[in-house]
Amino acid sequence: MLKIAKENLNALYAAISAKMPLIMPIKRAGQVNYGPWSESEEASIETLKTVKSPKDAFFPQSENMMKFKTDGKVLEVIDVRKAEQPFVLFGVKACDYKAIEVLDKVFLADPVDTYYKAKREAGIVITLACSKPEESCFCSVFGVDAAAPAGDVSTWLDGEYLYWQANTEKGEALTADLSALFAEGGEDAVAAQQSATRAIMQALPYAALDLSRFKPENLNDLFNDGAWTELSEACLGCGTCTFVCPTCQCFDIRDFKTSEGVLRYRCWDSCMYSDFTLMAHGNSRNTQMQRFRQRFMHKLVYFPSQNDGMYSCVGCGRCVNKCPQNLNIVKVIKTLGGKKND
Amino acid sequence: MREVELKMIERAKQLLESGEVARVIGWKKGEFCYDPSPACFESVEELKDFVYDWFCGANLSKYLIEMAKKEGKTAVFLKPCDTYSFNQLVKEHRIKRENVHVIAVECLGKLDIEKMKARGASFVSAVEVNGDEVKAVSPAGETTFAKADVLLGKCCVCNKTHQVKDEEIILHERAEKDVDRFAEVAALEAMTEDERFAFWKSQLSKCIRCNACRNVCPACSCIKCVFDNPASGISAKANDSEFEEQMFHIIRAFHVAGRCTDCGECSRVCPQNIPLHLLNRKFIKDIDSFYGEYQAGETAEGKTPLTSYTEGDLEAGDVFKGEAK
Repeated sequence: MLKIAKENLNALYAAISAKMPLIMPIKRAGQVNYGPWSESEEASIETLKTVKSPKDAFFPQSENMMKFKTDGKVLEVIDVRKAEQPFVLFGVKACDYKAIEVLDKVFLADPVDTYYKAKREAGIVITLACSKPEESCFCSVFGVDAAAPAGDVSTWLDGEYLYWQANTEKGEALTADLSALFAEGGEDAVAAQQSATRAIMQALPYAALDLSRFKPENLNDLFNDGAWTELSEACLGCGTCTFVCPTCQCFDIRDFKTSEGVLRYRCWDSCMYSDFTLMAHGNSRNTQMQRFRQRFMHKLVYFPSQNDGMYSCVGCGRCVNKCPQNLNIVKVIKTLGGKKND
Repeated sequence: MREVELKMIERAKQLLESGEVARVIGWKKGEFCYDPSPACFESVEELKDFVYDWFCGANLSKYLIEMAKKEGKTAVFLKPCDTYSFNQLVKEHRIKRENVHVIAVECLGKLDIEKMKARGASFVSAVEVNGDEVKAVSPAGETTFAKADVLLGKCCVCNKTHQVKDEEIILHERAEKDVDRFAEVAALEAMTEDERFAFWKSQLSKCIRCNACRNVCPACSCIKCVFDNPASGISAKANDSEFEEQMFHIIRAFHVAGRCTDCGECSRVCPQNIPLHLLNRKFIKDIDSFYGEYQAGETAEGKTPLTSYTEGDLEAGDVFKGEAK
């Protein structure tokens, strides 16, 4: 294990950034989101939860796909992509890394999404263990260990040092390039922090959420459960939960007429939006209850039934903190799981 | 606050039991002490989850657009600020006044858990408010805040009073605050154009286009928003460029100008803490200075400055020349 003194972190960012773009938690106008680091930006590595997750790095909120030009009856399709250049995504928490694994299941399964794949292959992911989980965290429920995040490199931060451990070839190569900045050591400090973090995780209010009812065989029972009406009654139908979610992966594809032909782009979409299921024949989900139910059934039942039991919630708790009316997946799990708080 | 809550539950129970109303709109308990949700109670049994506490900041008026269409009368608990939205919705024929029984409830300001967390309180299990002090109780001990530091933004400058009521549950009067709600707008006006542009650019570039501001806004009550309508030609689910968000938010502010009651819900719900209310408040300030003082939602009737013409009305040119009164 390697380590670097906390006061030298800016030198580390600068050294990485000299080689390739560094995407990490940056504070702008009071809020912390992932963005490109530069000397003039305020890095905010200690923020537990960025507003948006790091998924933009691989699956941007909007992305150009191709251009079309017509010349008489000839249609030309132009690939607008440039070759992806290597980049570093730094500071990813264990839950958000698990979310990237969820996205991999979607975008790297056949048929492979080549836009996603190119960015995924270009990115080097450096994770950061949590040391101060808060009350809205429940990643342990989904088998995530906040104290031992995976990734190409795993790191831990305490009051004095950032501890660094490469896990993959990509991670080893980056580490070798930066070796002048590091000293050896830190195993004991990391082990101590890990046990402290795990103790906090165990005592969190949501640590004992019971997922046992959310199984494929209960699909119909859950779908028809009368509780959805009450659970969704205050839902505004906004996209906050969807857009702060690290695993939501739905997108819309649109064509945009420009002076130089037609540009096709895709952008995030939300199943909470009224036209998400609008088709030529009409709309198959006409009430907010149906849309609300879809979002949680997808995360807790449909996705795992198609992906060897992997839930598409990672317990990051962003929706818990951000829903304007305090609706969230935890309230769904507790109500439908039969263990509502009294 | 508990006293008020008990009276509200008792009254809701009477109204439901007697059949005077078919449903009561209020708030229900969450998982923590700070995350209640708006809720509809149709039976006395459901009232076991009813809550009215320091975190019931949500404006319930907009829910009445749908709820008051249902069979039977709907009772609703409205805080002072919520009554302005209610009146405005009645004025715009979005709510039938006779279908609603309005119970005015006291509000001494609502708290923002995010502000408490940012000031070091975590795992808050209860709050106690004594005058200008808020004590947050958590396993790590107690943290005391100045109430003004942990109020919801919209409550910091609120001197609103109930504008409509069929009855009231008010046990404590709120003292008038000595604040100028236009101070933040004046600070923006005092900036140079470049500074102001930089301010809004940095704020609006955070927008994730979740539409929470629009969906919570009682003035945004279009059945189909033009930005959601695929046939409009300008529907948009994502921001096309880093700063395109300005168009959405500025157009929305224009659309609600003269109808926005300054309820502050847009800023309360924004996941990126964009001070959206400042756009609306700028319009309110301008309307006041161009047409005379006007507060949307004070009544459910009467003419409004932007929808009625008088010969003395300001010409657009006067505004641009800076000759407005």
